[in-house]
Amino acid sequence: MTLADLPLGARAQVLALGGAGAERRRLLDLGILPGTVISVESRSPLGDPTAYRVRDTVIALRREQAARITVRSEI
Amino acid sequence: MSEHLITPEAVGAPTAHCASCPIYNSAQLVKLGIDITGYDYVVALAGNPNTGKSTVFNALTGLRQHTGNWSGKTVSRAEGGFRFRERRYKLLDLPGTYSLLSTSTDEEVARDFILFGRPDVTVVVVDATRLERNLNLALQVLAITERVVVALNLVDEARRHGIEVDARSLTRDLGVPVVPMAARRGEGVPELLAAVADVASGAYPTRPRRLPLRDPEIERAVAALTPQIEAAFPGLPNARWVALRLLDGDESIARAVADGTLGAAVAPPPLPVAA
Ligand SMILES: Nc1nc2c(ncn2[C@@H]2O[C@H](COP(=O)(O)OP(=O)(O)O)[C@@H](O)[C@H]2O)c(=O)[nH]1
Ligand SMILES: [Mg+2]
Repeated sequence: MTLADLPLGARAQVLALGGAGAERRRLLDLGILPGTVISVESRSPLGDPTAYRVRDTVIALRREQAARITVRSEI
Repeated sequence: MSEHLITPEAVGAPTAHCASCPIYNSAQLVKLGIDITGYDYVVALAGNPNTGKSTVFNALTGLRQHTGNWSGKTVSRAEGGFRFRERRYKLLDLPGTYSLLSTSTDEEVARDFILFGRPDVTVVVVDATRLERNLNLALQVLAITERVVVALNLVDEARRHGIEVDARSLTRDLGVPVVPMAARRGEGVPELLAAVADVASGAYPTRPRRLPLRDPEIERAVAALTPQIEAAFPGLPNARWVALRLLDGDESIARAVADGTLGAAVAPPPLPVAA
C-alpha cells in the first residue's frame, strides 16, 4: 500500500520511495526515508493535500506525492 | 539569565578598507548583491524554517538591520551588522530551508550564497527538539564549507520536553563548534559570538564531518572526477561535493563549472601595493 491509502490517524512505516530526480530528492529532504514512521494528521476539505507528521514536523503532501511512497501500516 | 559580559555592538560608519581585510571574495559578493564596504567578515545564517533564525539574527544585530530582496529574486533578505572583538561582521539571513539540493528558489538562494559568496562563517541554526531532522541541512552545509558554527537553539524548549542534547559530543561528531542557545532569552549569544569569531579568524580549526558514500561505484566516479575539478579550480574547498552534484545531473552546478562562476571566489586577495 502507499501513504495515500492511509486513513486519518493511521501510522505507517516507509518501505520504499518511488519517483526519481528532484521529486525523490524533495521527499528525502523532508525526512522521508525507508524506515521513517509517518502518521496522518489531517486532510484538507477537498481531500488533497494531506498533512502528515514526519519526524516531529507536520508537512503537507499532494496525493500524487503520497502515492509514490510505499508503506506498511503500523496500527 | 546570565549577565552578558560580551555583547555585539552596532557597527559604526564604514571605515577605510584595511589591507589585512579578511574578505577576499568581494567580486562574487557584489554579484550576489552584497555590499561589504566597511566589514571584515561575512557571516550567513542558515537553518530549517522556524528554528529561530530571525531571533538569532535580531539578537546579534539589534536594530542595525535592513530588509530587501535577493537580487533578481522575490525571496526576501535581511542583512545587518555587528562588531565583536574589534572586528566588524556583516550578517545575512538566508531563507529557511530543509535542504540545499532541491529545486526551490529559497534553496537555490541559500545554496548559491554559501557556495559562491563564500561567507567567512555559516551559522546553521538547528532546533534542539528536532535534531534528527535538522542535521540533514547541517551536514549538507558541512559538505560545502568547513567554516561552520552550529547554533543549537531552543534548548529551553527541549528541556521542557525532557531532551538534553550533549553539545560537546555533537561538537566532536560534527567537527565544528556547537553552541547551545535559547536565543529568545538571549542565552548563548556571547558564546555564539565567540565561536563565530574563532572560526572566522581561523583560531578554531574545524574538521567538518563529511559522510562517506555507501555505493562503491559512485565512490569510484567521485574519486575520478574530484581531482579534475581541483585541477580546474585550485583551492576550491568543496571539489568532492561539486563532483557529486555533477554526477547527480545538477544543471546549475554544471553551468557554474562551465562559466567559471565556481572558481571566481578562489583567487587570492590582491597584494597591497607598496607606496
Ligand atoms: N522557546 C524558544 N522559542 C524561540 C527561541 N528562539 C526563537 N523562538 C521562537 O520560535 C519562533 C520562530 O522564531 P523565528 O526567529 O521567527 O524563526 P525562523 O523562522 O527560523 O526565522 C518564534 O515564535 C520565536 O519566538 C528560543 O530560543 N526558545
Ligand atoms: Mg525568519
